[in-house]
Amino acid sequence: MKITVDEDKCCGAGSCVLTAPDVFDQRDEDGVVLLLDPEPAEHLHAAVRDAANVCPAAAITLDGGA
Amino acid sequence: MTSTSDRTAESTAGLPRFPMPRARGCPFDPSPVLRELQRETPLARVELWDGSTPWLVTRYADQRALLADPRVSAEMAHPDYPRQAPGIGSLGFIGLDDPEHARQRRMVGAAFTVKKVEAMRPAVQRIIDEAVDALLAGPRPVDLVQAFALPVPSLVICDLLDVPYRDHGFFQRSTRTLVHRGSTGEQRAEALGALAEYLGRLLAAKLDDPADDLLSGLSARVQAGELTHRQATEMAVLLLVAGHETTANMIALSTLLLLRHPDQLALLRDSADPTVVTRAVEELLRLLNITHGGRRRFATADIEVAGQVVRAGEGLVMPNDIANRDPAAFPDPDRLDITRDARHHIAFGFGVHQCLGQPLARLELELVYRTLFRRLPGLRLATDFEQVPFKHDGFVYGVYELPVTW
Ligand code: HEM
Repeated sequence: MKITVDEDKCCGAGSCVLTAPDVFDQRDEDGVVLLLDPEPAEHLHAAVRDAANVCPAAAITLDGGA
Repeated sequence: MTSTSDRTAESTAGLPRFPMPRARGCPFDPSPVLRELQRETPLARVELWDGSTPWLVTRYADQRALLADPRVSAEMAHPDYPRQAPGIGSLGFIGLDDPEHARQRRMVGAAFTVKKVEAMRPAVQRIIDEAVDALLAGPRPVDLVQAFALPVPSLVICDLLDVPYRDHGFFQRSTRTLVHRGSTGEQRAEALGALAEYLGRLLAAKLDDPADDLLSGLSARVQAGELTHRQATEMAVLLLVAGHETTANMIALSTLLLLRHPDQLALLRDSADPTVVTRAVEELLRLLNITHGGRRRFATADIEVAGQVVRAGEGLVMPNDIANRDPAAFPDPDRLDITRDARHHIAFGFGVHQCLGQPLARLELELVYRTLFRRLPGLRLATDFEQVPFKHDGFVYGVYELPVTW
């Protein structure tokens, strides 16, 4: 699985951080997404898929294994 | 085709009027008309208070797709916007489109990150503990709305913005006028004007005496030329109003629902597993969905929805409450099941306008549920359920009063 995030689209709702905190964080200055791990280990894939699904701004894209 | 036998529920053109009343005796459920539309006519014309005839979108998947679609506008001041009521011309970035919406929203985003809100946990817990202390020391029965549900989120948002809580009588009253369907356009405009003047004054005072709070941050943006005073004031009004009214209604309404479901309440109260409470928060948000007036938007291009085409310039009304009861997204959708995974609900909306305050709302609800039912294990309704006054006439749903004892 390879993750990309689109910072321009992100609205900082924080859903990804709640869902997959090992993979996503937020910038302190405005809440925009920070990708901690673009190729997370297998056991995190389900949470990452949930995070992409609940992202209100469609800012998370998954490639392979998705 | 939608047909309803209730003539008063129809316009002269034979269209159903939105909003539709809930069924008698089912105050926690969306209108049965919405259910029928979701099943039979997922894209349906309705008539609003001002005679406009936007599309009503009732299915979960369609609402999500539209709310996330950049061809759909939330610009409140635009003539094509299907307005909730007269008297609210604009209210900060909630009524703007990207990129200006994103620019303004990000200016206050720092205060609502998951990390920043998590750091507020001890302060929010203290506010809740003190409110419960006051309940325990006070008379019984008591109105839980005035004694608990309203003060808790008001104190929290006052802290965050640095608005003096002693003025709560004023801002709670003005908010009530804003969100009451029965208010006239003039009354609503006047309430909004009073809130703007009040927060404008506080913002100006922050110029000379800044601190580490949201209003000081906004005031610095004005000084730097990034926001006009008016933009900053509108944002402050939005945060103050959205920050207390919604959460207050959610606390009172969900407490009442839990009192009606003692098995679920017991599970919530007695479980040692901390995820039981966080899941319950999502399920209660899903099921109660207090912003029942629906998301309001309009199409800026022709868009295909449910096999039909919405034309550029046509209005869209999307009641999230019925989307959150869509069986395609939530099995057995009408059942309260605090153990289900309801995280994909859209009670906070969807798309770039999805609630900015959601981490804070979640924290407040989590701590309320953890605290209130454990410290008042005998909590119960002190009146007949049939006597509880529901906010059928509010833009935000809830109860006006909740007499309880323990
Ligand atoms: C249970 C409590 C709450 C519920 C159910 C709720 C619901 C919502 C919904 C449905 C929207 C989307 C509006 C739209 O798309 O047209 C929204 C937006 C918003 N909410 Fe909340 N809210 C809650 C608590 C809060 C709190 C505590 C704050 C804190 C200040 C807040 C601030 C906002 C703001 C600023 C927006 C506008 C976001 C934007 O347009 O980008 N809300 N809320």
